[in-house]
Amino acid sequence: MPLDIPAVRLTGIAPEIALCATALLLLVIDAVLGERRNRWYLPALASIGLGLSIYFATEAWGTTRLELSGMVAVDGFASFVKITLAVFGLLTVWLGRDFLVRERAEEGEFYGLVLFAVAGMMLMAGAADLIVVFLALETFSLALYVLVGFRRRSLLSQESSMKYFLLGSFSTAFFLLGIAFVYGAVGSTNLYGGEDGPGIVSSFMATGASDVGLLILAMGLLIVGLGFKVAAVPFHMWTPDAYQGAPSPVTGFMAAGSKIAGFAALLRLLDVTLYPLREDWRPLVIGVAVLTMVVGSVLAVVQEDVKRLLAYSSIAHAGFVFTGLIAANDRGVSGSLFYLATYGITVLGAFAVVAVLSGRDDEKVTLRDYRGLFYDRPLLAGALTLFLLSLAGVPVTSGFVAKLVVFGAAIQEGYWWLAVVGMVTSAIAAFFYLKVLVVMYMQEKETEDAERVRSGPLSTGVIGLAALATIVLGLYWGPLIDVAERATLFFAGG
Amino acid sequence: MSIDVAVFGVMFVVVLGSSIAMLFARNAVHVALFLVVTQIGLAVAFLLEGAYFIAAIQIIVYAGAIMVLFLFVIMLLGVDRREALNEPLRGQRPLAVGLAALLAAEVLYVAYKGSDLITTGGGSQALQDLNADPGNVKALARVVFSRYLLPFEVTSILLVVAVVGVMVLARQMSAISPVSARSGSSVADKEEAA
Amino acid sequence: MSGLIDAIGPAVIIALVKVLVTFVMLLGITLLVVWAERKIIADMQSRVGPNRWGPFGLLQTLADGIKLFFKEDFRPRTADRWTYAIAPIATMVPAFLAFAVVPFGNEVTIAGHPINFIVSDLNIGILYFLAMGSLGVYGIVLAGWASGSKYPLLGAIRSSAQLISYEIALGLSLVPIALVAHSLSTLDIVGAQAGTIRNVTFFDGIPVLEQVANIFRYVPNWYIWSQWPAFAIFLVAGIAETNRPPFDLPEAETELVQGFSTEYGGIRFAMFYLGEYIHVVVISAMAVTLFFGGWSGPGFDFLPWLWPLFWFFFKTALFVYLFVWLRATLPRLRYDRLMWLGWKRLIPAALLWIMVTAVVNTEGVSRNVRLGVFAALFLLVLAVVLRGDPRLKEAVTPQRRRTQGRLSRGAA
Repeated sequence: MPLDIPAVRLTGIAPEIALCATALLLLVIDAVLGERRNRWYLPALASIGLGLSIYFATEAWGTTRLELSGMVAVDGFASFVKITLAVFGLLTVWLGRDFLVRERAEEGEFYGLVLFAVAGMMLMAGAADLIVVFLALETFSLALYVLVGFRRRSLLSQESSMKYFLLGSFSTAFFLLGIAFVYGAVGSTNLYGGEDGPGIVSSFMATGASDVGLLILAMGLLIVGLGFKVAAVPFHMWTPDAYQGAPSPVTGFMAAGSKIAGFAALLRLLDVTLYPLREDWRPLVIGVAVLTMVVGSVLAVVQEDVKRLLAYSSIAHAGFVFTGLIAANDRGVSGSLFYLATYGITVLGAFAVVAVLSGRDDEKVTLRDYRGLFYDRPLLAGALTLFLLSLAGVPVTSGFVAKLVVFGAAIQEGYWWLAVVGMVTSAIAAFFYLKVLVVMYMQEKETEDAERVRSGPLSTGVIGLAALATIVLGLYWGPLIDVAERATLFFAGG
Repeated sequence: MSIDVAVFGVMFVVVLGSSIAMLFARNAVHVALFLVVTQIGLAVAFLLEGAYFIAAIQIIVYAGAIMVLFLFVIMLLGVDRREALNEPLRGQRPLAVGLAALLAAEVLYVAYKGSDLITTGGGSQALQDLNADPGNVKALARVVFSRYLLPFEVTSILLVVAVVGVMVLARQMSAISPVSARSGSSVADKEEAA
Repeated sequence: MSGLIDAIGPAVIIALVKVLVTFVMLLGITLLVVWAERKIIADMQSRVGPNRWGPFGLLQTLADGIKLFFKEDFRPRTADRWTYAIAPIATMVPAFLAFAVVPFGNEVTIAGHPINFIVSDLNIGILYFLAMGSLGVYGIVLAGWASGSKYPLLGAIRSSAQLISYEIALGLSLVPIALVAHSLSTLDIVGAQAGTIRNVTFFDGIPVLEQVANIFRYVPNWYIWSQWPAFAIFLVAGIAETNRPPFDLPEAETELVQGFSTEYGGIRFAMFYLGEYIHVVVISAMAVTLFFGGWSGPGFDFLPWLWPLFWFFFKTALFVYLFVWLRATLPRLRYDRLMWLGWKRLIPAALLWIMVTAVVNTEGVSRNVRLGVFAALFLLVLAVVLRGDPRLKEAVTPQRRRTQGRLSRGAA
């Protein structure tokens, strides 16, 4: 009896395929050509792959359907997240190139792993089945564990890789248990359901409401697993250590990419599939959101290491995105998307500056090293100022608009007090961003640098682009918000 | 009493006994061995359920490959001694007991709910039908290569990432001398040096 | 008696009898194989070999077995008590169990019950064989560790790495067979190889070749013809799995003083010995089953049930002879060469062959494509063979000169 092969349409995963194929090609080319002094072709190839994936993602814009036996959703939401991720990937590759050349550790595997990680994250955005979500999660997590430990000479890097790996495996175990419980509760793992089988909610409705306890338990476990990836409190313990030890370009990529991928899965899971049960999950998520905002902002105040400071800031930002998620309306979803896109670009820019300033072996990252930076390197200091102001949510920057949108969505749903918590914690957060500014502008430099690391052309380009985007999106936010809103229009899919 | 029940009884005692023994064994190699016995017992459980393919894979992958690597590492690193038991986290034992009780309660709850599902959803009957036609292996292949095609392929990407990652982390930084890199015999060199 | 049979059920009785018969048969075969090995090697080395007990020394093995059985049972002081005792059993049992899926005769009817000469026709036959093979590692690993002495431990570590590496190649070499036979059951695979090659249409219409192609009507339809690359990989990996020369690194008398079994004597040592020979028989029997048509062969009206048995054991005996021949001929591989051969040659080759088989077997691929694929493959093999891989040659030729160079470098 022949096998019934289902219709294989690849629009949904074409970007991922492009990335994986490029990554494999890149690894082979690197192995064949061997150790050359200047391996410019590697980042070039990686950029081409990412460019291709942007092309494929825009091609899919406008279609809305389930593909590959209901495993992948092709919709505007997925396309938006994929394009954003590809942009993050491009910035990371360029930053990484400068970093690797400086560290004399250029290896094809770096680009390969970045591409694989981006592919995994993209798959998270399109996944329409919990099994695919899990596999995508594992794919990009594994790549990130290795990238965090990429500075093999540095014990700190090794240590943070180990910590991230152990805690990460632990959290994926929770996620997997959650999937098992979902399956146990309703007999399906599909987020939408269709002709290939029922979805989670439709099976749930079919079995009757008696099993709601099990489903809630499962939901909690899934939130633990994804909450870990977006660095939500109380699953944030790994964040400062991993951010501190990772090579700075990788840290920026983790902050931007891992967050948007995790939230993409959370948004699809909670705001689409489990929307009918929103009254059941909201209390839990609200608790997580409040804790995340407060803990992230308060603990950031006492940090002396710029990378750790940005790590706590990224925790706080996860909390702000949660307010948009909790609102669970169109504005909330599009606001979250806008927030994640702008935050990602800003934080990549900030880590680009950190990467340039930290010098060889990524060492000079304490606040002391930033004393009097403005007088030493005014342009870098100016760019960092802009990024920090955007992270703080000061008007005329993209961060301000982003906060406005998500808080607005929360107020629209009647969660005005959540918005108030967000604003108060933003004010606390502004304090430590200002602390960095004070150090840069108002303190004297202590010692002269023995060796001053120049910003490479690619790093300069990345910083310039990020700065430009931060300002432009702070002034003309309209187009991007429009796109994000249209992304949510056909988001509900099936 | 049918043979199935007898085999189940033996399997039950062996699996439970060896997993409990595993917890209390003091020698790392013994722990690994009890785990092997547990794995083989579970394979027998799968056989009883008619899931032949899973049973074979259980033995080949878990008992045959993973546990051998465990033993390999234990023997190579010589960690077959008892570790010093100073616990940096105070109060973790009572906490562990509490959490374990919670987990056990969860498992019991799920098992209780799960039996409902099996009776209503027809779990084992469906499996028996599949085993009769088209057979365990073919039925599994049909599902894996049609409905779960994408997860199956993504798994291969996941494994590629894992392999690349291991290669990156395990490679010595600029310690690859031209000679050993060419002849590919650094292992033998090290053995002789030792 | 018949009451008892009815109570338990004929199926159970048949199964028990099959198990018992196979067990006794394997023990008998082992006695013969050990004797045959000593005789053949003696002949190859211009000696006489065992000739005291029984005709041609046939009972020598039995005498050895009795001696080992009554020897003092000792245990080294540093040994790990239970593991030391379990290890020989853990070697022997999987070897016996693996034979359960080998069909060694055609179906016969006894007292109205159709009986296959196979202990159990599992629908996962090949996987079961691999699973038992993978469990076989434990005996050696545990023996080495439990002995509490350094040579056995070295042997055990070597063997765990070796067996795991070659298990992969072994498993991959069987995938093409499953692809062409559409089944994992050994009975089905033997069934698919029944008869002779009939439908050779490649040469239709070409005057002379068409006549010559008639010869295929008399060639048995075995998988060896189309699957010889898989067979080559299977054979090499199978020999490595049995720890026989030239892959006997876990024992390696010259370096490791008999390796994992150094500290064993008496009946426990005999069990290792038994396990190894059963393993040889199992691998030979599997090679026959998967590639040489199993029990199929010309049959006659005279004693029809006997001929399949005869053909099966005849073919198996040829493979056992090959094992012995290899032992008498080839030196032991160096450890890194062993790993190189397994990981860098056998596994890629097996993967490549799986792809080729999959492509050639696809329905709807035209004959030209098939021929093209085979031709390309043939050219590839030819190129490799003509070029000659110096490392492959090194791997199997004496390494005196190389070893000296290596030692001097190690000393410096």
